[in-house]
Amino acid sequence: MEIKKPKIKSMRYDDFKNNEYLEAMLKELNAHGTNVVVGCLDELINWGRSNSLWPFTFATSCCGIEFMAMCAARYDVARFGFEITRNSPRQADVILVSGTITNKMAPVLKRLYDQMADPKYVIAVGGCAVSGGPFKKSYHVVKGVDKVLPVDVYVPGCPPRPEAMLYGMMQLQRKVKVEKFLGGINHQVSKKEYARLMERDLNAERDELNVEQEKD
Amino acid sequence: MDLKAKILSLVPEAVYNDRGDGMWTIPAGKFHDFAVAIRNEKELKFDFLRSLTGMDWGEEGLGVVYHLESTEYGHQLVVRTLTADRVNSSLPSVCDVWKAAEFNEREVFDYFGICFVNHPDMRRLYLRDDWVGHPLRKDYDDSEDINPLRMSNEVAKDDVESFDLQPDGSIIEHRKVLFDNDEYVINIGPQHPATHGVLRFRVSIEGEFIKKLDVHCGYIHRGIEKMCESLTYPQTLALTDRLDYLSAMQSRHALCMCIEKGLGVEVSDRVKYIRTIMDELQRIDSHILFFSCLCQDLGATSAFLYGFRDREKILDIFEETCGGRLILNYNTIGGVQADIHPNFVHRVKEFIPYMRRNIQEYHDVFTGNVIAQHRLKGVGVLSREDAISFGATGGTGRASGWACDVRKRIPYGVYDKVDFKEILYTDGDSFARYMVRMDEIMESLNIVEQLIDNIPAGDFQLKMKPVIRIPEGSYYAAVEASRGEFGVFIESHGDKNPYRLKFRSTGLPLVSCMDTICRGGKIADLIAIGGTLDYIIPDIDR
Repeated sequence: MEIKKPKIKSMRYDDFKNNEYLEAMLKELNAHGTNVVVGCLDELINWGRSNSLWPFTFATSCCGIEFMAMCAARYDVARFGFEITRNSPRQADVILVSGTITNKMAPVLKRLYDQMADPKYVIAVGGCAVSGGPFKKSYHVVKGVDKVLPVDVYVPGCPPRPEAMLYGMMQLQRKVKVEKFLGGINHQVSKKEYARLMERDLNAERDELNVEQEKD
Repeated sequence: MDLKAKILSLVPEAVYNDRGDGMWTIPAGKFHDFAVAIRNEKELKFDFLRSLTGMDWGEEGLGVVYHLESTEYGHQLVVRTLTADRVNSSLPSVCDVWKAAEFNEREVFDYFGICFVNHPDMRRLYLRDDWVGHPLRKDYDDSEDINPLRMSNEVAKDDVESFDLQPDGSIIEHRKVLFDNDEYVINIGPQHPATHGVLRFRVSIEGEFIKKLDVHCGYIHRGIEKMCESLTYPQTLALTDRLDYLSAMQSRHALCMCIEKGLGVEVSDRVKYIRTIMDELQRIDSHILFFSCLCQDLGATSAFLYGFRDREKILDIFEETCGGRLILNYNTIGGVQADIHPNFVHRVKEFIPYMRRNIQEYHDVFTGNVIAQHRLKGVGVLSREDAISFGATGGTGRASGWACDVRKRIPYGVYDKVDFKEILYTDGDSFARYMVRMDEIMESLNIVEQLIDNIPAGDFQLKMKPVIRIPEGSYYAAVEASRGEFGVFIESHGDKNPYRLKFRSTGLPLVSCMDTICRGGKIADLIAIGGTLDYIIPDIDR
């Protein structure tokens, strides 16, 4: 079965920019072939997922205010199904990194991201999150959030207008639509692998504690 | 009273330098006694520490500049003290004289490595404890090898460093306990929707009551002050908008005023009118956002939507003239970026009655609400003395009965030509802080109404040289930003970029008084108190 180009109600396919990466994703998906039953189920699941992406209320600076404006009445993010902002990372699907990420904040952000449940997405909102923006030369600013997290969509601007953020969110919707869900991104790890991963994480934590103790 | 004679009688070694605003130099050994004297002496009463700035004067040594003001007499004083020792530099702490010094001295320690003797808590304020070096020193090496991006979680310690002076003159370092082992400490932030950004508290509680509160800043410390030292004066303007993004107009206004003061430039009346109107519109915008967020924090979600609906009207007006919604980049040295849009006057005039009507709606929806009243009235009281000692200006100070409005104290723009009230409440509780801001929206509308029809004709921009050099000296200028006195301190050595540029944060005094306000209060009220103090974190961390 062939997966078609992602369609979303709000905007025509040709009106979007950067369609190439989606087509590349599609090509890869179709090259491996898709089971008809699984493919149809995937389409249904992805339709649901892409229209109920719950953002995490995370904001460090200016872009956060535009994020709030986006959630308020005029820009009405509820039209796209993003209105349920979650205060807990465990309930969120997407994190909009809106604002500057500093060296002190980076480990906190990483921890929050790690606490989110899979499948999860990252949108870098604003110049600071994209590349460090106007603070690129600062001694205490991470030059782009992609140094810390894998980013799905970049939204430039300082701060981006709410329309730009919505556009970024729609790009993410389209990306979600061409993902292989069953056997793809919901791929479950075996018990054995899970144990191995857990052990790795625990050991990593212990190493860190050892470092602290040595310092004292 | 002759201030000069008075100071010389207190400290005969004091030296006066009249470059720029003028500044006294007091020897470090006598500084603490001097501080106590000028704070308490009947004729001086310097009870308000406006700004405390760390400095690196190169060969002269490291030091601190204090901007002082007397709330009773209104006179001002700039003093500095310094130490030539760059390795083990120490200065006497004045946090027992002015509480505002507590956080500011920690900032200076963080930036310059000056230890303040007898300061109870000598931790870094912004950077991580494992940070190497002190970034605002002129000899700081900012290479990534020394301070790489550390991804290990930071461990919050329960005790703090402190330096005490021994009777024989030596200084010993010891650790003071912040939280006991048997205290129940909970962590709030840095990721918490009601801390209004990335602020972190560690709160020790007993049952529901707060015993002690420890503030951790620096999660959005962007090093703006250090960056400014390598930028030319027109370039530094770009960064002020991003400090307190809800006072973008006023912050930039302050920096432009300070640079114009240094250059000795007087802007045209048209510019003054435009700047004043823009400042007031920005204040309304900020106070509406304050209302929205406070309501949201207390659970009134529809009030949040009401607020944002009206805020968009102001943003539309801004957008037409400035091109931006939030970061406006409007003021420039000697004028403004562009003349006001032809629609500007008309739209502002439309907005004034609209907003007056809607304020009534806000009061109907939220102010009278029984839940809101119970959660705000009598909660989080800040006394007038504390407000002054902490330097908590703006709506917070005025809610405690302190007439601290810069627009009245040191008028700038055209505030001396308009007729407006300074809103004062005396309760000092959360409800008073809320009401001050709601009333200020009305007052700001009055100011705009008086000015909007009388904008004089003239140039909107003076012709300035592309490379601006401020004559040697130090300059301080302040405006009333949306949440208090926003000051800019420039020390110029005659170059095209500032030798030191310091922004007096409006939010830092507000978080520094959190511990005092919250003690004995309930943990649930922390949200309401934080909401009504209305701090903006990027402005605290800079």
